[in-house]
Parts: sequence; C-alpha cells; structure tokens
Amino acid sequence: MSSGARRRPAASRTRRHVPAEAARPTPARLADAWAAAIAGTSFVSLTRPELARHLRPLAARLLAAPLDAPAARAAGTEVGRALVAAHFTAPETLARSLVALGGMLPADRAAARPSVLAGLASGFAAALRDRTLTEQESIRQAAMAAQTRAERALRATEARFRAVFTCAATGIALGDLTGHILEANPALAAMLGAPPERLRGRDVFELVHPDDAVGLRELIYQRVATGAADRIRTEKRFVTDDGRVLWGGLAVSVVRDQEGRPSYLVAMGEDNTRRHELAETLTYQATHDALTGLANRTLFTERLHRAFDRTAPAERLGVCFLDLDGFKIINDSLGHPVGDELLRVVAGRLADAVGPDSLLARLGGDEFVVLRADSTGEAELVELAERILAALDSPVAVAGHELAVSASIGVVERATFGTDPAEVMRAADITLYWAKAAGKGRWATFDSERDAAQAARHQLSEALPGALRAEEFTLAYQPVVDLTDLRLTGVEALVRWRHPRLGLLGPDAFLGLAEETGLVVPLGRWVLSAACRQARAWLDRYGWAPQVSVNLAVREVCGASLVDDVRAALAGSGLPAGLLQLELTERALMGAEPTAALRTLCEDGVRIVIDDFGTGYSNLAHLRHAPVHGIKLARSFTGSFDAPAHPDRADLAIVRALMSLAHTLDLTVTASGVETRRQAHRLRELGAEHGQGWLYGRPAEPAHIEQLLAT
Amino acid sequence: MERPSWAPEQIDLDLPSAARMYDYFLGGSHNFAPDRAAAQAAIGIIPELPAVMRANRAFLRRAVRFALDSGVRQFLDIGSGIPTVGNVHEVARAIDPQARVAYVDTDPVAVTHSRALLADDPYTVVVEADVREPERLLADDGLRATLDLDRPVALLMVALLHFVGPADDPADLVRRYGRALAPGSLLAISHGTGDGRTAESDAMLRLYADTANPLTARTRDEVAALFDGFEPVEPGVVFLPLWRPDEADEVPARPERFCSYAGVGRKP
Ligand SMILES: C[S@@+](CC[C@H](N)C(=O)[O-])C[C@H]1O[C@@H](n2cnc3c(N)ncnc32)[C@H](O)[C@@H]1O
Repeated sequence: MSSGARRRPAASRTRRHVPAEAARPTPARLADAWAAAIAGTSFVSLTRPELARHLRPLAARLLAAPLDAPAARAAGTEVGRALVAAHFTAPETLARSLVALGGMLPADRAAARPSVLAGLASGFAAALRDRTLTEQESIRQAAMAAQTRAERALRATEARFRAVFTCAATGIALGDLTGHILEANPALAAMLGAPPERLRGRDVFELVHPDDAVGLRELIYQRVATGAADRIRTEKRFVTDDGRVLWGGLAVSVVRDQEGRPSYLVAMGEDNTRRHELAETLTYQATHDALTGLANRTLFTERLHRAFDRTAPAERLGVCFLDLDGFKIINDSLGHPVGDELLRVVAGRLADAVGPDSLLARLGGDEFVVLRADSTGEAELVELAERILAALDSPVAVAGHELAVSASIGVVERATFGTDPAEVMRAADITLYWAKAAGKGRWATFDSERDAAQAARHQLSEALPGALRAEEFTLAYQPVVDLTDLRLTGVEALVRWRHPRLGLLGPDAFLGLAEETGLVVPLGRWVLSAACRQARAWLDRYGWAPQVSVNLAVREVCGASLVDDVRAALAGSGLPAGLLQLELTERALMGAEPTAALRTLCEDGVRIVIDDFGTGYSNLAHLRHAPVHGIKLARSFTGSFDAPAHPDRADLAIVRALMSLAHTLDLTVTASGVETRRQAHRLRELGAEHGQGWLYGRPAEPAHIEQLLAT
Repeated sequence: MERPSWAPEQIDLDLPSAARMYDYFLGGSHNFAPDRAAAQAAIGIIPELPAVMRANRAFLRRAVRFALDSGVRQFLDIGSGIPTVGNVHEVARAIDPQARVAYVDTDPVAVTHSRALLADDPYTVVVEADVREPERLLADDGLRATLDLDRPVALLMVALLHFVGPADDPADLVRRYGRALAPGSLLAISHGTGDGRTAESDAMLRLYADTANPLTARTRDEVAALFDGFEPVEPGVVFLPLWRPDEADEVPARPERFCSYAGVGRKP
C-alpha cells in the first residue's frame, strides 16, 4: 500500500484546496468539472459546453441531496439513471463520475456522500442493464421481424416460381449432374407422355432417341458441365414411354453454386415435332419435283455449287443433260396426263439406270440432269449415258398406249479447277443441242474446238449489223468471158467483209449467218446498189461495161421488196437494166410470188440466171415458163473435165444433158470453175457459151477489172 | 448486382453486419454475438476504433449543423444504420423541428428497427434500398412523400462508400445522385482510408472482408474525386477530425490515425 500512501498528500491537498476555494460549489461549477471528467468516455452527440449544460440539473440534484441515507441514495440513483438516459453507457463514465463527484461534494454533505455515490452507481448499473435488455430485445425483435419479412418474401417468390414451373407451357426438368431428373413439370410430363412422378429419378438420356443420346451427352458434358459454355441449345429426338418419337427443342443450362462449381442441370424443352415435320416437308418440297419425286433444279444447283465449294471441292465432275426426243408431240397429241405419266415412268427408269451415287434431277418439262461428283473421267459418264439410253429402249406403256421414247444426252466431264457451275451448265446445254442436231437418241460429248468455232460464229453474227453500218463490206468482181473469143462479157460481184480484227472474210464465213439473222436482206440491198454504181461508173468511164451479176439469197428473192430494191438500185445508179444480171438458186425459184417478181424484173430488162444448176431440186416443168435467161453449171460437174484422157463419164453425161436441156429452153449456159484450157476447150465443145473461173481471173478489186476494160 | 431484384435477401444473423458492429462501437446493445466478436477483433487491430467511430458520428453531427446553417432543411441519409443517439433528425430538430429526414439502408434489421422507432414520426421515413441503385432508391414512394427533390437536400453518405467496391463505381453513383438533386444541395461524405497506417488498414480490410459489408479503403484523391460535380466547401477533403471541428472539440494530435477522410460539397 506504499503507493497509496504516497498518493495521499495529493488527495488531501485537493480536499483542503476545494473547500477553501469554494466551500459550496455551484451546480454550474460542479457540472463543468464533471463534464471535463467524463467527456469522451461514452458516445454522446453533445459538444463539451452542451454536455456541461446537460449535467447542470443533475449536479444541482446531487448538491441538494438530503443527508438522510435512503433519500440521498434515491437522489444518487436518479442521477445514475439520468446519465444512462443521456447515453452515457460506458463503464468508464461511471468510474470517472464517481471520482469527480466524490471529490467535489461539499463537506457538509459528507455524511450523505457514500449513499449518493452508492445510489448513483446502482442507478447507473440498473439503468444500463434495463437499457441493454431493452436494446437487445428491440434488435432481436427487429431481426425476427426482418427475418419473417424476408422469409415471407422468399416463400412468395418460391410460390411464384413454383407457379411458373407448374404452369409453364415449356417443359422444364431439374436434374443432377449425372442427368437424373430431380423434378419435372407437368408440361414436360405431358410432352413425354408420363406423369411427373414417373419421370423423377429417371436418366434423361434414356428418354432421348438412342441415335441422339450419345451426341447430347457429349454436348452437355463437354460444353456445359465443364464450364466451356453455360447454356446449350439443340434439337434432339425423344422417345416417349408409348413409343412415339418427338423432336424436342432443348436448352440445357448448368446451375452453379457460390464457388462456381456446377451443381444442377436445368433443361427446358418444347415439342417441335410438328414444326420439324413441317420444316422437313417444306425443305423436301422446296428441293424436290412434285411430279416425279426427283430432286429439282434448286437441289441440283445447290449440289452443283457444292462440288465447287472452296473448302472441299470435288476434283472432277460430270453431267449428263438430257431431254426426251419428241416429248412435246406426245404431250400435245395425247394430252398432259399422259405426258405426266410418261415422265413419271421415265424418271423411274432413269433413277434405276443412274443408281444412288449420282444425283438425278428433273429441271423442268422433259429435261433431266445427272450430276456425278468426283467422276473419274469422260468414259464413266459416257457409260452412264449409254445406260440411260438403254433404259429407254423398251417402249413405255401409258394409258393404253405403247410409247417409244428416246432421249438425247449432252455429256460434260471435266476437272472442277478452272471452270464454274455456269460454265458446266452452258457446256451441257450446247452438247445436248449437238446430240439432238446429230439425230437424236444419242449422246454427244462436249468438244471444246467445236464450241469455240460456234462461239466465233456467234460473235461474227453479232458483229454483222455493226459492220453493215460501218461499211466494212466491199465487193470483188470475177470476170465472165465469152468462150468463143474470150471477150469479157460480164463480172460476178462477190461480197467480202473487211473485218477489223479477222481481216478479209469471204462470203462462206458470213453469208450463212446473214441468212439466219435476216441481215441478208439489207446486205443484199447494199450489194445490189454498190454493184450497180460500180457498173455505171465503168460505163461512164469506158463507154461500155460488162454485165454485172449479183447473187440473190433465197430470202431476198422471196422478200416483198425485191422489185423495189432492184429498181431503186438501178434508178439510184442510173445503170441500164440490161447491164444487171441476178443469180439465184433453184430453190429460190420455187413458188408463185418469186416468179411474179422475177417476171416483172425480167420485163424491166434485167437478166436472170440460175446458179449451180443441177445441184438443187428443179421443177423442170416450171423452168419452162420461168423468167430465166440462163443457167450456170456448178463446178462440181466440171471438175473432171480437166482430166487428161477424158472427163468422168457420168459428169460428161450430166453436162451434156444439162446443156441440151438449156439450149432446148433457149437458155444460155455459163460454165463456172474453169481453171484450165482443157476444161475450157471441152466445155465450149459441148456448147457452153460463157466461162468463169481462175483461168480467166479470180475475184478481184474493181481496179483489176478496169485493166481489162481499158484494153 | 448478382442478386436479381426479385430474389429476397436472406438474413444471416451469424454474419456480422456493419450497422450492428457500428452500434457496438458506439456503446449500444443493438447487436449480436457475431457482431461483437467482429467488432472486438477490429478493436484488437485498431484500439482507437471506438474513438474513430465517435469522431465519425461527430462529423455527421457537424455536417448536419452545417447544412442547417446553410438553410438546407431536408436530409437524405444513405447508410443510416441503426438509430442511436445523435440521429440526424434529432440533431436537425434542435434547430428546425420540421426538418425532413429520409433514412436509407440495405440492412433489413437496421431498417426494421428504425421503422419501429420512427413509426409515428411524420417527418421521417425509413427506406430499404441499396445505394448502388440510385434511380430505384430515389423513386421510392415514401422517400418522395417525405423529401421534395426540387428543393435542396443534404445527401449524407457518412461512413458508407467504403462499403461500395470499385466494380460498382462509387464516383458514378454519386454523380447519378447529384444529377437528381436541386442546386444548392449538399453532399457530405466520410470515408475510410489506408493513407497513414497501412498495416492496420490492410488488416481491417481483411477483417471486414468476412462480414456482410466488405471494405474498400480509398486515397485522398479518390475520395476527392467522389465530389465530381460539387463545389468543395472549406476546408475540402481532410482527415475527418479536421473538418470544421467545434471550438470545444479536441483536435487530436495525429488526425491521420483516424483512418478517415471527410468533406462536404455543394451542388452549384
Ligand atoms: C458504418 S455505418 C454508418 C452509419 C451512419 N451513416 C453513421 O455514419 O453514423 C454503414 C451503414 O451503411 C450501410 N450500408 C452498407 N452498404 C450499403 C449499401 N450498399 N446501400 C445502403 N446502405 C449500405 C450498412 O448497413 C450500415 O448501416
């Protein structure tokens, strides 16, 4: 207790000191000292001055405490409670209060001091205990109320979810990670045809169609369960307990626990069977031909393109493009139902012949196509074409008719590299056309040279109209002589095309095209007027001119404008009609109209001869009255006249016959293709009046003729 | 927010709650054993923690007085916690008996308790809402019935935002509140920091990580950045005891040991 002893002087100094300074402290001074002692010991929201003010009534109460012990104690108790009520709840506050107050209560109150302080301590403790209990109680109630509230909310949410689960139109199952169903909702049960309790505990994968189960399992465990993806969507077949197969659209998600570990699987499914079937039907319909059930153009085109697919192209491919010969006639004469039935039967035979390795499609009408991807060469496709033709050998019995059918087939087989689907189909189309042109019931293979030639022809015919406008045509003239004295009597105008790229083209290269396209009419008109102008120019320059001979195409002769065109050419150039000769073929002479037109021209003074007489079909009876002045012998008869010994006997006989016929009808004869003197001699001996050929001059520029004219 | 709004919060009383720990620090008994254990552990790390909490509470009081002195009569106290002595409405009513206060907290127990205490008070409302959902919070019917947002409001975020992690971008949240407030409104923030005593603050962060309210300490710059859109009120963001201390308040010798910044801003 030595430390206590040492402290005493200080304590007694204080005691002595206080009564000396203030025998009776005022409540204000006591409150100030008290506030200083306890400030910061408890949490109160008061500032120090506020605190002192707050403590003043308490200080006053203490100063006024009666000496009587129970009463003094009651006053202390009151103050102790008041402290707690002001939130002085820290034990330290009590300790400091006791020290401060104990030291400051005036001496005349000394008797009451223990009771007051005892009362203060007990009042503080009791109030603190009450307060603690009250606060504990209130926070507990708050916690319970909050919990109740939260649980109610949770139950409400759960009820809502349960409602969603049971009322959902979508099938929902909750499963463990092994795929065993923990809960299934009524929609799922209805879908699978089993009550929910029968589904519980079952392995989901047992409900899946065996063909799909493995794939689904892999999908779920590799993607979802490992965390690679949290949700998968797929469509799989399910088998119901009563054996139905249905298509289920399925979304499987994994539910993870707080640590992110997979804990459940949730699967949602809907019955897509109807939609699936519809979609299948639609795809089937979109890619198949309703009549024959074969693939249609869409599917064929898709497969053809797939063979060229950048990522995995077929190395080679082959196509047999075919149509039935004469199908239109059958259709028109026996009616569409018969035609359709025929197509169905043919489709069946084709399918048998083609086999499963190639795609057989009907492109429309009576057009079929076989696509062979990864073909081994043309031989394989030709063999296929042969099989197809053989399959159509026997007649088809339809509605009581025995119909003979045949097909033409265009065969194309090539490497895919360097070509494309459009190119293949174009080639197949052309080849089919060739097969048909070659006489039907046969196949043809694609010939690139032939194709190129046709393409060139096509280009030429496209360029023709422009060439006429651009005046790319010119005329060459070949001399015609009198065989007795070799005098120049005429020239034949022959049209040439100065093609800007291909150079000078002879009539063989383009006249056929001009006939086909109808351009021969304007071209012929140009030839007529150019030839007439030339002849007129010679007449003017040399005082005489050879008769100029112009070839007329069949179309021109038959055209309504022939008379007008000839007259216009004559009038336009001022050439006397007698200096114009028209050459036409035997065929052009047929019919009444040409004859009438020719008669008119004949009356105008124009000369008319038949070119290449004896090579076509002549109506000899008609010839007798035809407005014709002469014939030209084709070079095919005169060729052998050059033979050293004697001409071919048949040729000789023909030429003799033709000559005598001509002369009987008062027609002159011009021998063409005369190349040697021997030929010329023999033909003149037989009675030919005129000759034309290399012996007398090739077709040449007008300037060359002019040399002859000048002599 | 991982928890969808329709899923009710589970109340786990074994998990210490910041509101109840705070009550314990302030000498209250509105707390349970786990709260007290956690609070004791915190005191073990920073023995002055009760003093820090008291200082924080004193800042709250000074900020409310400042608002009243500035003529602001409405208070939005977010993260209000468990009512204790010196509640905002008590402080405010000493000056204006009709001052309006909306108390907001996420802690369902604190909210329930506050409601029980303030049930009959016509000028206060207690809202259960999360500071991280400003638009939802501000749209609350009770809040709207109590506060007139067309007039200045003192927005109190006292010892709150260190419970909001960086992922929830507190600066953006404050900005969104600021947008909804009338000019002249005030923003009071106090915020825990590690500036000054790192070892302890790290230990604190670890401790709070296991409570319902993990802590994020922020630097002075980060705290100052929360006032974006508000004009700083003197003396700006300072260690908490230094913010306009009352004349009689003892200003501690080492204010940084209180591990908190405080500041007030005004919306222009
Ligand atoms: C330390 S107390 C502060 C109490 C009071 N503001 C004060 O300073 O005296 C923090 C309070 O913030 C609340 N709180 C924490 N996170 C919150 C959030 N996201 N939204 C609203 N309140 C939150 C806690 O429940 C707790 O009551």
